[in-house]
Amino acid sequence: MAGIHFQTVRKIFGKTTVIKDVSLDIHDGEFMVLLGPSGCGKTTLLRCLAGLERVDGGRVLIGERDVTDLAPRDRKIAMVFQSYAVFPHLTVFDNIAFGLKMQNLPSEEIKRRTHQGAELLQLTDYLKRYPAQLSGGQRQRVAVARAIVMQAAVLLMDEPLSNLDALLRLQMRAELKRLHAEIKATTIYVTHDQIEALSLGDRIAVMQDGKIVQCDVPMNIYDYPANKFIGGFIGTPPMNFLQGAVNGDGSVSVGASNIAPASSLQAAFAARNGQPILLGIRPENLTLASAQQANTISAHVLVVEPLGSHKLLTMQVGAEMIKVSVAPDQSIASNQDVWLHFDPEKIRWMDAASGEAIR
Amino acid sequence: MRIMQSSYSPRYILGRIALYGAAILLALWTLAPLYLVALAAFSTRQATFQWPKPLLPTDFSTDTMQFFMNTRGVLDSVGNSVIVALVTIAGSLLLGAPGGYALARFRFRGKEAISLGLLISKMFPTAILAIPLAVVFLQIDLYDTIWGVALVHIAMALPFVIIVTAGIFVGVPRDLEEAAQTLGCNRVQAFVRVVMPLALPGLVAAAIFTFVISWNEVFAATILTLRNRTLPAQVLTALNDSPLYYRYAGGFFMIVPALIFIFLIRKYLLNLWGNISR
Ligand SMILES: Nc1ncnc2c1ncn2[C@@H]1O[C@H](COP(=O)(O)OP(=O)(O)OP(=O)(O)O)[C@@H](O)[C@H]1O
Ligand SMILES: [Mg+2]
Repeated sequence: MAGIHFQTVRKIFGKTTVIKDVSLDIHDGEFMVLLGPSGCGKTTLLRCLAGLERVDGGRVLIGERDVTDLAPRDRKIAMVFQSYAVFPHLTVFDNIAFGLKMQNLPSEEIKRRTHQGAELLQLTDYLKRYPAQLSGGQRQRVAVARAIVMQAAVLLMDEPLSNLDALLRLQMRAELKRLHAEIKATTIYVTHDQIEALSLGDRIAVMQDGKIVQCDVPMNIYDYPANKFIGGFIGTPPMNFLQGAVNGDGSVSVGASNIAPASSLQAAFAARNGQPILLGIRPENLTLASAQQANTISAHVLVVEPLGSHKLLTMQVGAEMIKVSVAPDQSIASNQDVWLHFDPEKIRWMDAASGEAIR
Repeated sequence: MRIMQSSYSPRYILGRIALYGAAILLALWTLAPLYLVALAAFSTRQATFQWPKPLLPTDFSTDTMQFFMNTRGVLDSVGNSVIVALVTIAGSLLLGAPGGYALARFRFRGKEAISLGLLISKMFPTAILAIPLAVVFLQIDLYDTIWGVALVHIAMALPFVIIVTAGIFVGVPRDLEEAAQTLGCNRVQAFVRVVMPLALPGLVAAAIFTFVISWNEVFAATILTLRNRTLPAQVLTALNDSPLYYRYAGGFFMIVPALIFIFLIRKYLLNLWGNISR
């Protein structure tokens, strides 16, 4: 019906290539999250799909239709702008009804669908107000309602929650997820908030510097980041990285200790004898051990932060600093020397030079 | 707390006194002549020559004003002025607003040069242009018509209108226009439904300002017409060989419309300049 296909799309501003031959296939009805740091090209890619930017290479398909050269209004998309772009000279009602009026629908239907959209986003009490008389969160809901009542097969949302306070954001996040389950439009959701990405996406496409570096379901992105950048970008706190070197027997020496990689990786490690390597592990996959054993490294506790649901420890391993998350009732104090246990199955090994994960 | 403190500090009080003193002086500088002209315009003829002048309207009379209004050509020239001004507004906005929109929205080769050129063209003296223009107008039968005058006024107002409307359109976020486009508008519809309503106050101000430019313009109007004069041209010629009281009446008649216009646009003026300086 309305899958989305980017085929080697390229966008150049002046001398810089902002979108570098991006190819991405999004299924019909899928909730795809575009995640990446500020300036990596998320908005630009979305605008290429919406027809607000002309691409400098490649094709854009919606469903089976090549829309590369179509005007925005002919693409059958609805978009929520990063800045909301609510029309200040129109009431909430007229804002939501704007797109319906452009379609010359009968006024009865316009009224019905506008009220329906307003109800969905709890705006019914504000229909007669002007945007200036609304809070930021209400304005944002107007922008979402305006896009949703279009009942377009494709819904584009550009950081629609970025200007909200933490609580409202949490609330709206759940709201949006419920909404998508209800309307089932193919959705692209742009964010640079990784929590939002993990919670909302059917799949997440991680962008870096104009390219999509990994596209997978959230848990795979979290557990198996394709490179060091993704591991270091996703998770609060992000993945820890330690320098190591591959030994002749296929194990890795990290500081004074040895870690044995998971058995599935043995072939890959045999070829890397003597080479430097990067060990990546998430803070919650490290455990404290009382004595030295297999796959442990000695560490020195620098800071203990009780955070309610868990304790966050900052530790020194050799010359490097890592974060460890432990149960809230774990008895531990700063300046303590402990043994840290690394679960080989949870370690993500990466090439020291390129940062690419070793598979 | 800060307000309490500062309102008691002598430095603050002195500063306020100096500020208001300066403001009053500045206001007197402009208001005094206006008042004297108005006073003379509504006094008897004899009072105009009295010395020392009475500073209060002791002998109020509308004789001079009536005489001025009834002079042949005066009322016609008022009509001419209005027509020329309206044509100037329509012409310069129809030509200038799209230009301003282009400057505000599009990036194109030579954009900076054009912006600069617009400003530089304002420095070119009308005096140098007027005589050749008169010759050309004679050749194409535009001489001594109000259309010729309107054409020159449009040319004079155009750089101003382009720069000001560019400022106005820059003030309308591009996002809104793009949102309208994703909601089913083509470019023209997006402009009409979203940009126009938001730019309207600014456009109205620009229109009124153009009116004032045209209304006050005397040099080109004098040189390019003989009988079909606009009000300033008419008054200027008439004043050269009329008695003093007549001049006051004419002066007053010219000032009042300008004052009304400025009064009407005073709210937009700050807006206007604020936008340009962006
Ligand atoms: N109209 C433009 N002209 C020139 N450069 C642009 C333009 N729009 C975007 N860029 C550049 O393209 C790059 C990507 O911008 P984009 O807005 O897509 O980033 P983003 O991923 O959406 O960032 P953010 O998370 O901050 O919104 C940036 O380096 C930006 O400076
Ligand atoms: Mg963006």
